[in-house]
Amino acid sequence: MTGVRVAGVGLTHFGEHPERTGRDLFAEASERAFADAGVPREDIEQLNYGNFMGALSEHQGHQGPLMAEAAGLNAPATRYESACASSGVAVREAVKDLRNGEADAVLVGGAERMNNLGTAGSTEGLAIAADDLYEVRAGMTFPAAYALMARAYFDQYGGTQEDLAEIAVKNHDNALGNEYAQYQSAITVEDALDAPTIAEPLGLFDACPITDGASAAVLVSEEYAEANELDAPVAVTGTGQGGDKMALQDREFLARTPAAERAAEEAYADAGIDTNDVAVAEVHDCFTIAEVLALEALDFYAPGEAIGAAARGETTRDGDRPINLSGGLKAKGHPVGATGTSQVVEMTRLLRGDHPNSDAVGGKVGVTHNAGGTVASTTVHVLEVDV
Amino acid sequence: MSGDAGGASGGSERVRDEGYDDFLDAIAADEGFYLECPEGHGSLPPRRVCPHCGATELTEVPLPARGEVETFTTVHVAAPSFADDAPYVTAVADFGGVRLTGVVRGVDPETVEGGTEVTADVGKTDTAGERVLVLRAV
Repeated sequence: MTGVRVAGVGLTHFGEHPERTGRDLFAEASERAFADAGVPREDIEQLNYGNFMGALSEHQGHQGPLMAEAAGLNAPATRYESACASSGVAVREAVKDLRNGEADAVLVGGAERMNNLGTAGSTEGLAIAADDLYEVRAGMTFPAAYALMARAYFDQYGGTQEDLAEIAVKNHDNALGNEYAQYQSAITVEDALDAPTIAEPLGLFDACPITDGASAAVLVSEEYAEANELDAPVAVTGTGQGGDKMALQDREFLARTPAAERAAEEAYADAGIDTNDVAVAEVHDCFTIAEVLALEALDFYAPGEAIGAAARGETTRDGDRPINLSGGLKAKGHPVGATGTSQVVEMTRLLRGDHPNSDAVGGKVGVTHNAGGTVASTTVHVLEVDV
Repeated sequence: MSGDAGGASGGSERVRDEGYDDFLDAIAADEGFYLECPEGHGSLPPRRVCPHCGATELTEVPLPARGEVETFTTVHVAAPSFADDAPYVTAVADFGGVRLTGVVRGVDPETVEGGTEVTADVGKTDTAGERVLVLRAV
């Protein structure tokens, strides 16, 4: 089985770009990835593309070939949809194909256009990742679903809105130097606590924004990288995926995310690492409580212990294991279908040393955690530099 | 996103969802039920297989009259199909064999808490008169 290298990465600015089409966003991200990779487009054997709500926001199905064309590829293309984990799944499938010899060079990525729908429209669009019959028709929105999980967590383990606010403050702080981030502005705990309520106990600053943007990465086999003398110091050494029941009401746990636990176990075993090896992580903080659930699922903390991690300074930029140095979904933004690959993009740059927050990375192993829906699907990837 | 193309906001022309709408009919008629497999796992229709163990022998058993709120939230920012309902309380309530997600009514939202006793009912949304599963506080 061959290794997998990250040859090049690219992002668009994440933010409010309601008039930009998905195809234009993805074209820009992929152009940057190719410029970074030094891999000719004609060597790409397939496109694995993630997108969630393009059928709603752009009335556009069959986005695979559309995006291949936008990226200047003459290669087969497939759209992966797994809600907010769409392009995490796209990465995972690319890793598998590179390892099994199906391809030597793959373009992965994703794009999402959301702001053209407005707040109500995008709220409705996001809700289709929940069970339509038993959740959406019962008034559940995505913030509501995470609010239900947050309340369950508080009841079971303890925790306060202040604890969650500290996570928002941390992730905003991390995004300050990230030119691709939607919010490059510091906030205080008071700002977060004073913000309008979306779904109690979650307020506006507990939620990621509505974001337009795209991500792309050129992944290649070890052999391709060597034969073409690529400068590609970062490898994807582990991949894992987990699933759970679709609806919260059918889950064994309301305050834990077993799908992510399984994905992490699989990815760590695949990479031959253990939790203590992980120096840095990009996790799926669509809401502040989601970062807490992620850190526990990744086994950085026991259940009930991660709620105070940001407040204790353990996950901040100068902490023992910095989390979401990109700003996370919370401050960098969450163009749903682009997020999984964007985490790989950020982690690659963090480990390579060309990210504004690379100085905060105290090791060679990073993890990305990308969750779909209320964590009914999750991918986890392990990236290592200089291996 | 116009709300009349089917799905959650399909208006009166929405085609019934077999199993699900039958379940709501039963709740409305005070004949609520859930599905149980030989291992005792509960689930809601439509099902052909127990989602917990894969058993294919599912029988309808009566839904217990009362459940308890397990977790809840007050939704301030709603989807268009609930725009005129907001703010409203949505909750997951444990009925023993199954949990149900619904809109909590019949109680001051400020007083809902974990353990609040509820019955399952069917009501209509304020926004478009759609049927909605209601958890009515007792």
